[in-house]
This record gives sequence, C-alpha cells and structure tokens, in this order.
Amino acid sequence: MERIYKILEEIIPNTDFKGATNLVDAKILTSLNIVRLVSMLNEEFDIEITPIHLIPENFNSVESIYNLVVELDGE
Amino acid sequence: MINFQALSKRGGSVKKTILDYFESTVNKFPDNIAVSDINNSLTYNELMNKSKILATEIVKYNISDKPIVLLMKRTTNLPIAMMSVLYSGNFYVVLDCESPLQRIDKIITTLSPAMIIYENDLASILSELNLQIHKLDFEDAFRNIVIDEQSLENIRNKMTSSNTAYSIFTSGSTGVPKGAILTHLNVISYIHWFIKCFDINENTSFGSQTPLYFSMSVSDFYASIFTGASYNMIPKEYFAFPAKLISFMNDKKIDTIYWVPSALGIVAKFDLLKYCMPEYLKKVFFAGEVMPVKYLNYWKKYLPNILYANLFGPTETTDICSYYIVNRDFDETQNIPIGVACDNCELLVVDENGKEVLDDSIGELLVKGPFVASGYYANKEKTSEVFVQNPLHDNYIDIVYKTGDLVKKNKYGEFDYIGRKDFQIKHLGYRIEPSEIEVVLNTVDKVDLSVCIYDKVNDKLILAYEAKNDINKELKQASEKLLPHYMQPSEFIKFDIFPKNANGKIDRKQISKVILEDKGE
Repeated sequence: MERIYKILEEIIPNTDFKGATNLVDAKILTSLNIVRLVSMLNEEFDIEITPIHLIPENFNSVESIYNLVVELDGE
Repeated sequence: MINFQALSKRGGSVKKTILDYFESTVNKFPDNIAVSDINNSLTYNELMNKSKILATEIVKYNISDKPIVLLMKRTTNLPIAMMSVLYSGNFYVVLDCESPLQRIDKIITTLSPAMIIYENDLASILSELNLQIHKLDFEDAFRNIVIDEQSLENIRNKMTSSNTAYSIFTSGSTGVPKGAILTHLNVISYIHWFIKCFDINENTSFGSQTPLYFSMSVSDFYASIFTGASYNMIPKEYFAFPAKLISFMNDKKIDTIYWVPSALGIVAKFDLLKYCMPEYLKKVFFAGEVMPVKYLNYWKKYLPNILYANLFGPTETTDICSYYIVNRDFDETQNIPIGVACDNCELLVVDENGKEVLDDSIGELLVKGPFVASGYYANKEKTSEVFVQNPLHDNYIDIVYKTGDLVKKNKYGEFDYIGRKDFQIKHLGYRIEPSEIEVVLNTVDKVDLSVCIYDKVNDKLILAYEAKNDINKELKQASEKLLPHYMQPSEFIKFDIFPKNANGKIDRKQISKVILEDKGE
C-alpha cells in the first residue's frame, strides 16, 4: 500500500489520497496521468495491467488499486 | 395544363437543405439506427419524429434565422435538439458544458441567442449564467407529443441553401472565441465529397470520438444523416479507461472511425490491440493535429489491410479541405502529407506578397469554394482579416479563406504540412518551423512526442517532450547531431503526458504557459 502511495504522490503531488474514494470521478486521475500510473505500477510490482483492468472502478481509491495489484500479483 | 400545385411542391430532385437529405434517408431507411450512445439508440424515424416534436415547441416562440444554443450532454438527445433547431428555421450552437463558465459566457455574449435549450441536470450552469432569454427544458418539451406539420412546412418553404445551419466556436488568439458560420450549402457540398470519397453508405457504422461542438463531428454526424449510416457516440471516459473501448466497437459493429491522433495514440500507449481487436474496422481517418508516425505504424502493424487517411482542414472550411489516403510506408523521420484538395474544393498557395506559389516553396494555404464558411458571427473585424478577396484577381467578388497554415508541395505532388504561420519563430535571424524540430527529435528513442516552444524574452528554444523518464542528455546529443545550430533547443523539459484541450488535441498554448510561468515570465 505504501508503495502505491509513493507512486501516486510522485505522479500527482500534494493530493490527499488517504480515504479518497473518487479519484476518477473527481478527475484527479484522468487520461493525462493514467497511462503513467499504469506503467509505473507494472514496473514497481512486476505485473501486467491489461486493458480489461482499465475501468474507473479499479482506480477510484488507493484500496481498489491495491486490490488490483494484489489480484494480478497472485499473492 | 400545367399542374402548378405539383410544380411548387417541395421535393422532387431538388434538395436545398440538410433536412431534405435527412428526410430522404428517413424514407429509405426508417429503421436503421441513426444515433446511439452507451444507454440509448434512435432509429431514423424516431430521430425525425422527436426532432419535429421539439421543433413544434420552438416554433411557438416565433423566432427565425436566430442562434439557439444547446446546453446538453453528449447523448442521443443532442442530435434531436440539433435537428429540431434546423426544422424550426434557426441555427444551433452546441455548447461545451464542461468548459469554464467564463468561456460559455463569452460565447453567449457574442451570439445574443434567441433561446437556450438545456437538460435539467445542467440547470445549475444555466442559473449561474443568468440569461434573459427564452429557456426551453428539453424533457419538458416532450410532455405534449404534438407535431405541427403545417408550421414546419411553412418554414421549410421559406428556407434556402444559404440559410445558416450552425455555428462552431474556435478559440481566438485574443482570447475571445470566434463563431464560424456554416450554411446548409456548406454541409451539403462538403458531405457529398466525404461520402463519395470514402464510400459511406447505409451499412456504415461510425464510432464517433469527437464532441458535437467540434468541427470534426460534422463529418461523421452528417455523413450518417445523408446516407442512413449509424452515428455511435463513444463515451469520453473510454479514452482514459479503455477497457470497454474495443468491446463497445465490436458490439456496435463499428467499421469506420474518425478520431484525433491523440485518441488513436491512447490505443497505442496501452497497447490495446495486443489484447483485443476491433473486428469490424475497415476505415480509420484522423485529423485535428499532426498524426505521429509512431501511432500510425502501431495501428498498421495490427491492422495492415484497412484504409487509413489523413484529413486536414479548419472549422472555417466546414471540416476538411485536403486529404491523403495512406498508400506508402512512413518512417518516423517523415511527416504524413495532407495530400490533395477534396473534390469541389480549391486550394491555392501564396507567398508573403500574395503571389501564387507554383514550385515547391513554402507558402500559405488558401481555400476557395462551397466548403468555405460565411465568416464569424458578429465579428466583422476578424472576418475581414481571413475571409478575403482572392489575391490573384480583382474582377468580381471571389472570397477565399486564409488558413494561416504553411504548406509545401512534395515530390508526389501532395501537400506537406509545415506549420502554423503564427507559430513560426524568428530566432538568431533564422525563420524556424517548430514542427521541423519536433519531427527530428520525435525520432529519439523513448520520446513519445515533443512540442517546441519559443521563449521570446530570453530568445531561447525550449523542447517539451513526453516520455517515461528524463532523457535530457540524449535529446541534447541528438539535437547537436541532427539539427543546425540555430534550431537546437537550449532547454529540455519532460512531461508525463501533454495537456489536452477540450477536443482532445495537444494544447500547445497550455504547455507554453506552464513552462514560461515556471520561469516567472
């Protein structure tokens, strides 16, 4: 989870991600930064986020991003 | 005896307005899907009936030839409102409901519209605008399902091909948006070229990316209206979270797309085609900004046997004035040409003195013929700057549109796009096209895209680039190797991704603003 915060912090500085549940709906995560987020998550966790995972529901909160990573990591 | 009644009856072979073409389509293909979004779809017959019901409401206000603004989301309701305004004998302006209130306000001030048609969930924007004009709630208008055929018929009889159909606002360099005025004849002339050139027919299924306040939407929307094809609106979110993009395209059997290169680029960036293919896709058109060869080659790798075409033109020529059907391979050091003039459209290239350029030197592109708009709404000054008398003669009124774009003939006889006249930089005494620098540096490995801006105060070239990691050093080396000294940027700034404007195009002004403001200028 901490590693995800760190990545988000790097992409979008000065944003309060803790407890946020609407990162996509509030347009914090947009087409402008989602490409980078996905590639950084892929690299950091050595996973492959494929197009089927690219739905807003998977990115609305840090927890949902975490769940996605865990799911793909098979842990 | 001559039957005057029959002679005067509208119809026959003469079609003078968009509505005549629309109704001819409705007669031939009443049950074809006309428009759809993720939740709804309308057949041609339904689209016509709903448009007439709404038009019947508008007609009650007794206004004609006036602008009516549409404050509505991008759903199947919007085409109903657009067609209803045409039926009412007025012209529409689709507003971008996500744009800053200030911009909407400027557009409305320029237009002084006679009416606003809005959707209830956007009423908060409406109340902030505080307008003293007729307000029509879209849903309310369908409480009475009545069509006043007689009034609509009377309006149709008075209409001519020169009536204005709509206005689309483009950003003005001074910050005041300009509303290009497009007539029924503009649309009819333009669409005839489009459907003939690309063989659009009642079986075509469009996957539309561009919003209806953007000139590119005129092509796929009206090509549908004129032929019976389907206009399927792909939600904007699918271009950020594209999990459902390809399945949407397959569900709707989409075979033709006309997107901005940035949207085609999203597919390349996520490498979507590795995972799933748009099974029905046959034609891919792009326009609105320079198409990076990288993206085109990505698409061609997965879909080598379909048609690709680069279209080029400003809002002021309805949509497109020149086109190039991709018929050869390009490597990343090359630019995709903008091609040749559309049928029924004439292109002229002139030098700084207004003399025609006949060889392969760079000149400004002028456009002539029935695609050319009737100027900007309530803006005589801006109109007279760019809608001018043909500089090649002065024998009769012959208006051409000055695009402000610089072009040059290549060895195939096609036009290459060089850049904007107003982006041209004078640096160290040289006249420089930023796009020339960009094309060269885009070939550097790991650079996705680049935009060269000019810092006037310090007389410096700055290269903004999109990449995963900071590669300033590699770029500096490459520019020293590949560019003459006066074209080498002295600074490199990395972006994760470039800001885009409302139409999805790269926002050069914003990039330049971000960089120069950082420097405190």
